[in-house]
Amino acid sequence: MGKKKLSTRRAVQALWGIAQNAYLPGFVTGQIYEGPLKHFCVPGMNCYSCPGALGACPIGSMQAVLGARRPKFAFYVVGFLAALGVLLGRFVCGWLCLFGLIQELLYKIPVRKLAVPAKADKALRYLKYVFLFLFVLLFPVILRDEYNVSFPYFCKWVCPVGMLEGGIPLLILNKAMRPAAHFLYAWKFAILLLLLVLSALIHRPFCKYVCPLGAFYALFQKFSFLRMEVDADACVRCGACAKACNMQVDPLREPNSAECIRCGECVSSCPKGALRFTFAGGELHRTGAKSAKKV
Amino acid sequence: MRKFLQKYLKYVVLAAALAACLYGASRGEMNTVYHKAAAICMECIGIG
Repeated sequence: MGKKKLSTRRAVQALWGIAQNAYLPGFVTGQIYEGPLKHFCVPGMNCYSCPGALGACPIGSMQAVLGARRPKFAFYVVGFLAALGVLLGRFVCGWLCLFGLIQELLYKIPVRKLAVPAKADKALRYLKYVFLFLFVLLFPVILRDEYNVSFPYFCKWVCPVGMLEGGIPLLILNKAMRPAAHFLYAWKFAILLLLLVLSALIHRPFCKYVCPLGAFYALFQKFSFLRMEVDADACVRCGACAKACNMQVDPLREPNSAECIRCGECVSSCPKGALRFTFAGGELHRTGAKSAKKV
Repeated sequence: MRKFLQKYLKYVVLAAALAACLYGASRGEMNTVYHKAAAICMECIGIG
């Protein structure tokens, strides 16, 4: 029987999740961090209203700049995300996103998994681009009130991360806020609950179908510096890589699929070491199948 | 042409992205991000 071992990826996910929410006084006082680190965006989905959050959510920040009273294109946030995207593709999704980690841990709950029909799954994968282009990029620019101020529409109506990391802890810690929770709070709570339940049944449903940040990074995946390559001579077409992939990617057909979150499960599962990650042409890591079972 | 684009597009995009990031920072967008991030986002937490 294989020994359970904490994988490097799991450790990085956990440590980064803790590091970006390390403002401990926030969890005691219910007051969020207001220091200078909040000028900087974190790479993954992490609500800046989390009591422990040290940095700014890039999706919320993008909407804030686009929806400002004097709207302007969000060069700083888009440039930051584009740089990360062209360097790493969707690596951030697989290694640096706390909500991605939470979904993966929920998927470990031993219940019968739901197989989404292939046609429905394929169509639903485009939904995250709709959230990106409409809710994040367009609505903050065109939907404004009488004072020419807009709102973060994705954060307000869709994002479950803000509810999990901000809405719930802040209302627990701040009694005075509770009377203000009405329809919108219930709506967002329902969305969060739905996604948490779905996460036990489907691997990473938010990442597959909803996340606008994953959609943004996916735009760069086909030509990013970080790439996956297949050694055609070593590959025996056993299908182990496709079977290991929880994002339903076939690495043999599409090693740089926009849906790949660079978790490396396929690389670890290959009995011939035919898959490898490269960065700017240099090989990063190649492994065959491991006997130790990873957590 | 396709191989040329595949080889050099990433460098062009990276340079443009870094330039955009620096340009945005120079015109005060980081302050806009800060003002949003350093205050509780009522919309994000389901209140506003």
